[in-house]
Amino acid sequence: MRATVLVRPKAGILDPQGEAVESSLRQLGFPVEEARVGRVIDLDVQAASAGEARGEIERMCERLLANPLIESYEIEVGG
Amino acid sequence: MSEVTPRIAVLVFPGSNDDRDAAWALTALGADVRLVWHAEQELPLVDAVVLPGGFSYGDYLRCGAIARFSPAMQAVTAFAGEGGLVLGICNGFQILCEAGLLPGVLRPNASLEFVCADVPVRVERADTPFTTRCEPGQELVIPVKHGEGCYHAPEDLDDDQVVFRYARGANPNGSERDIAGVVNVDGHVLGLMPHPEHAVDPLLGPGDGALVLASLVDAARERLYARA
Repeated sequence: MRATVLVRPKAGILDPQGEAVESSLRQLGFPVEEARVGRVIDLDVQAASAGEARGEIERMCERLLANPLIESYEIEVGG
Repeated sequence: MSEVTPRIAVLVFPGSNDDRDAAWALTALGADVRLVWHAEQELPLVDAVVLPGGFSYGDYLRCGAIARFSPAMQAVTAFAGEGGLVLGICNGFQILCEAGLLPGVLRPNASLEFVCADVPVRVERADTPFTTRCEPGQELVIPVKHGEGCYHAPEDLDDDQVVFRYARGANPNGSERDIAGVVNVDGHVLGLMPHPEHAVDPLLGPGDGALVLASLVDAARERLYARA
C-alpha cells in the first residue's frame, strides 16, 4: 500500500532553509510572507488495510522518520 | 610510578572521519584505544567510549538518526545505562541526542553555512569527568567544523547540564543559549560540537582540547581502578 509522510519543522522552530527560500522568492518578485521547508517520504508498505498501514507508519515516524522535539508529521495513505 | 593504562573504545561508523584523530589524541594522552566497527554487537572491555566526528551514514534523514540504530550503538546505550563514560564529539554529539542519551537536537547552522574555525569556548562546569583538568569559567580555544551544530534545547533543560558555552559573540552556529556541550543528568555522558581531538598537539595550533580528553583519560583510569 502506498503512503506519503510529510515531515515539517514545528511552528516556532527556527527554519533557516525556509528563510533562505523565502528571501530568494522575494528577490524574484514573488509576494511571499513565509516559507517553511520540510521533507516528503513516499512509502510502499505491506498492510492488509489502510488503518493497519497508518498505525505502522505512525510507529515509523515516532522511531525514525521524525524527531518529535522539532518536527511534526502528517500521514496520507492511499492508492 | 607507572600509571595504569585505561582502555577507551572509539566507534567507527561508515562516514566517520575523526575516528583516527580521536584514537591518536587519546593514545598520546595515555589511553589504550580500541577502534570498534559499527556492526559489532558488543563492546570490548573498556573504561570509556568515544563517538567521533564525521558524517555517519551520510547524515541521511537527520544527522545521527540512522547511526543510533547501529548494533554498536545498542551496546553503547547499554554501557551508558550502567553508568559508563561516553563522550560524543560533533557527529557523536548528534548521535547521542538522536539516541536519547542526551537532551535536545542539533539542527542546520542558522547561517546555513558550514563553519570551520577555532572558537573560544567557556567551561561552565569543571566537576564533570570530562573537565576536571579545567577551571570553572576557563576559556578554551577549540576548533569547530560542522554544518549542523545549532543546538535546540528542550524547554526543561537544566542549566546545570550545560558544560560548555561559546564565548559571548563567538557562537558559530546559532545554538540556543550559546550551548556548545551538554551532559546527561547523571553526569557521565557528554556531547560537544567543538573538536578537542584536533587541539591536542601545540605544533598544530591551540592545545586546549587536551584538557578535555586528558580529563576523560583520568576518569577512565579511575574506573579501571574501581574495576580492578
